[in-house]
Amino acid sequence: MANTSTKIVSATENRVRISYGVTLLVLGLLIYLLFGINMHSGSVATFGLNLAGSQAVEVPDFVVPAQATVYLMSAIAIFAGAFQLARGVRSTGWLIGIVAATFVVAFLAWAAQDKSFNLTGMLGSSLVRATPIALAALCGVISERSAVINIGIEGIMLMSAQTAVVLATVSGNLYVGLIGAILVGALVAGFHAYLVIRFKVDQTVSSVAINIFGTGFTSFISSRFLQKATDALNNSGTFPIISIPGLAKIPVLGPVLFENNIVVYLMLILVAVMHIMLFYTPWGLRTRAVGEHPKAADTLGVNVYLTRYVNVILGGMIAGLGGAYFTIGSVGRFDEIMTAGKGFIGLAAMIFGKWNPIGAFTSSLIFGFADSLQVKLQILRVPIPSEFLLMAPYIVTMIILTGVVGRAIPPAADGQPYEK
Amino acid sequence: MSETATPSKKPNQTRSSLGQELMIPGLAVLTGLIIGAIVIVASGANVFDAYGALFTGSFGSPVKFIEGFQSFFSTGDTGDLIKAIYPFTESLVTATPYIFAGLSVALGFRAGLFNIGAEGQFFIGALCSAFVGYSVKGLPMIVHLPLALLAGALGGALWGMIPGYLKAKFGAHEVVNTIMMNWIAFRLSDWLLSGPMRSSGFRPVTPNVLATAELPRFFPAPLRFNLGFFLALLAAYLVYWFLFKTTTGFEVRSVGANPDAAKYAGMNIVKNLVLVMSMAGALAGLAGSAQVLGVDHWVGQGFSAGYGFDAIALALLGKSHPAGVVMAALLFGFLRSGATDMQSMAGIPIDIISIIQGLVIVFIAAPDIIRWLYRIRSIKTEETVLTRGWGK
Repeated sequence: MANTSTKIVSATENRVRISYGVTLLVLGLLIYLLFGINMHSGSVATFGLNLAGSQAVEVPDFVVPAQATVYLMSAIAIFAGAFQLARGVRSTGWLIGIVAATFVVAFLAWAAQDKSFNLTGMLGSSLVRATPIALAALCGVISERSAVINIGIEGIMLMSAQTAVVLATVSGNLYVGLIGAILVGALVAGFHAYLVIRFKVDQTVSSVAINIFGTGFTSFISSRFLQKATDALNNSGTFPIISIPGLAKIPVLGPVLFENNIVVYLMLILVAVMHIMLFYTPWGLRTRAVGEHPKAADTLGVNVYLTRYVNVILGGMIAGLGGAYFTIGSVGRFDEIMTAGKGFIGLAAMIFGKWNPIGAFTSSLIFGFADSLQVKLQILRVPIPSEFLLMAPYIVTMIILTGVVGRAIPPAADGQPYEK
Repeated sequence: MSETATPSKKPNQTRSSLGQELMIPGLAVLTGLIIGAIVIVASGANVFDAYGALFTGSFGSPVKFIEGFQSFFSTGDTGDLIKAIYPFTESLVTATPYIFAGLSVALGFRAGLFNIGAEGQFFIGALCSAFVGYSVKGLPMIVHLPLALLAGALGGALWGMIPGYLKAKFGAHEVVNTIMMNWIAFRLSDWLLSGPMRSSGFRPVTPNVLATAELPRFFPAPLRFNLGFFLALLAAYLVYWFLFKTTTGFEVRSVGANPDAAKYAGMNIVKNLVLVMSMAGALAGLAGSAQVLGVDHWVGQGFSAGYGFDAIALALLGKSHPAGVVMAALLFGFLRSGATDMQSMAGIPIDIISIIQGLVIVFIAAPDIIRWLYRIRSIKTEETVLTRGWGK
């Protein structure tokens, strides 16, 4: 009996090992075929490490032979695939990470062949572009840790974005807009919480209603008022870049991390604060208990409903900050449906980050990187239609959801209403 | 006393619960319209002008009807009559893709799947139909038109099948994946319309489909009422038949109601989920086909805007039942078609309809609010599970 059961296990393991191994091998070959073949030897790719106008100390650019880099990356991927086939690695996550990295590096070397490519600039814009995604993901983390699903982040961000720009333009003070956006986020999320806790409305349906309402409402206000009076209502300017003295002088890291606007800094602070709050405070323990086993938490005297209200509303405030990023944090005006699916990408980042603040932030960075890469490649005139590059973040989201969600376990009570 | 009271109580109860089944959606729509009116007033417009334009835009003006009939009977001239029935037929034309798209989401709900991707499936379906419609030449209509429709259904089915497969096989949540498929569809269509499928004109649109691929219209020129409407009704009947009269339909509903029980009963969850998402995609694709082959005859950017979210509202409003969806789609068709007039005549942006839709969904999903607002006593009805959490 024991023999057959081990055989069955090893058969499935074998299949997983072979399929992963073959995928890696194919990827390695793809790197060679896609990039390696039509490159000429002796070409170099220049990666700029200095950003014009930044305070950072200048460092020499990073120059690599392009073709050799592509060949090296292809070899690493093929080797990893062969190793996987022969030996079978238990933790395939690392392997996939390494191979994904080889693909990106090979791609960059190919794209930047005979050209100069500003790496520091792209890392900086990755962080900036990751900001709304990370804020959406943090909103998801905080509310789902208390077992309330909120996929209405997109709608909340749209409404906050619009509120922020209108309030900031009318009052002439960007911080009024910021506070307004956060309050609107709290209000809408509070409504969601009220529906799902008091009326036990299906959480996905309620959030979809928020998305529809948010899209409709902001588009209504935009076409009825904002488009007719752009200067009076929809032209706020943006938060200035704040350089942190001293730290901004560090090469590469300085311009990337320490020359940003307030929304980016707030996001970074929130990641750290939320990590500490969730895992090292009584509030965090209660939240996690409510998310995993509300009945047990209730028995021990935790107020399940109150915890959920507080968490969902806090999440809404974070999403509100994310909304403010779109207008007063980046372009200074509101356009209809300007969030372009970032709220949903944030949810994918939350899942990829396994419902942890730091994990969610790290995965947001990957999306931000994909997003800014796509913009940079359009400038570099890579021979791929820009529309296909624009698809990249969405495809990455799907791959991540597919590959990871099986192993990422949501809070046990996620999505279920609690009845006393 | 009690013996006579007991049997008479039962039919009474069923009647009032059926009454509530119909009353709650009705009141939900009414409440949505009232709040919409408040928004209109708050935005500084006249609500009577707005809703007046909404009414004449969707049903037509009664005065014009009478004039049309008078001139038809006195002179035999149909011109005025056609003008009079134009808004009404136009509402039916608007309702046509809604019926298909609403069915798509409703079918998903029945299997416990939340298809937010109707919009992308719609776009892909429209593009596929348009491509067959303009590129395949020399076929008679009896072959060409079904072929164009089939292309749309297959394109949509593919777009629905991918998230369905990922959900069934890997547990990747279909809500996020269908939305991602939407964005991929938009980018893909941007590319297709800017290059490979672009007509020779100035705008990034496809060429017109050939006459042999057009859905035939029933009335002369300005009226666009066409065969698509009846195809939509047929689709509604087929979905009803599939869900409630076939074994596979029973399996699908079982998977939706309780996947664990369905699994233990020996039903193949993966097969059912993939099948349902493909069918849902095909229906949404047909919505796009009906729109391109019956009404527009070409596809441009933003062709599918809003249909996905509208379809969700329709499925919820129709309680995921094909007959309910048809009624809800007619309601939305009349609202949307009228809203176009409201925009041009009273200056109210058409987005007001989305606001009303969002509210209607909330009220349908939380009937307690409606009961509380209108002091209706609650009757215990069985709750249907619409969606589930991540990756389950």
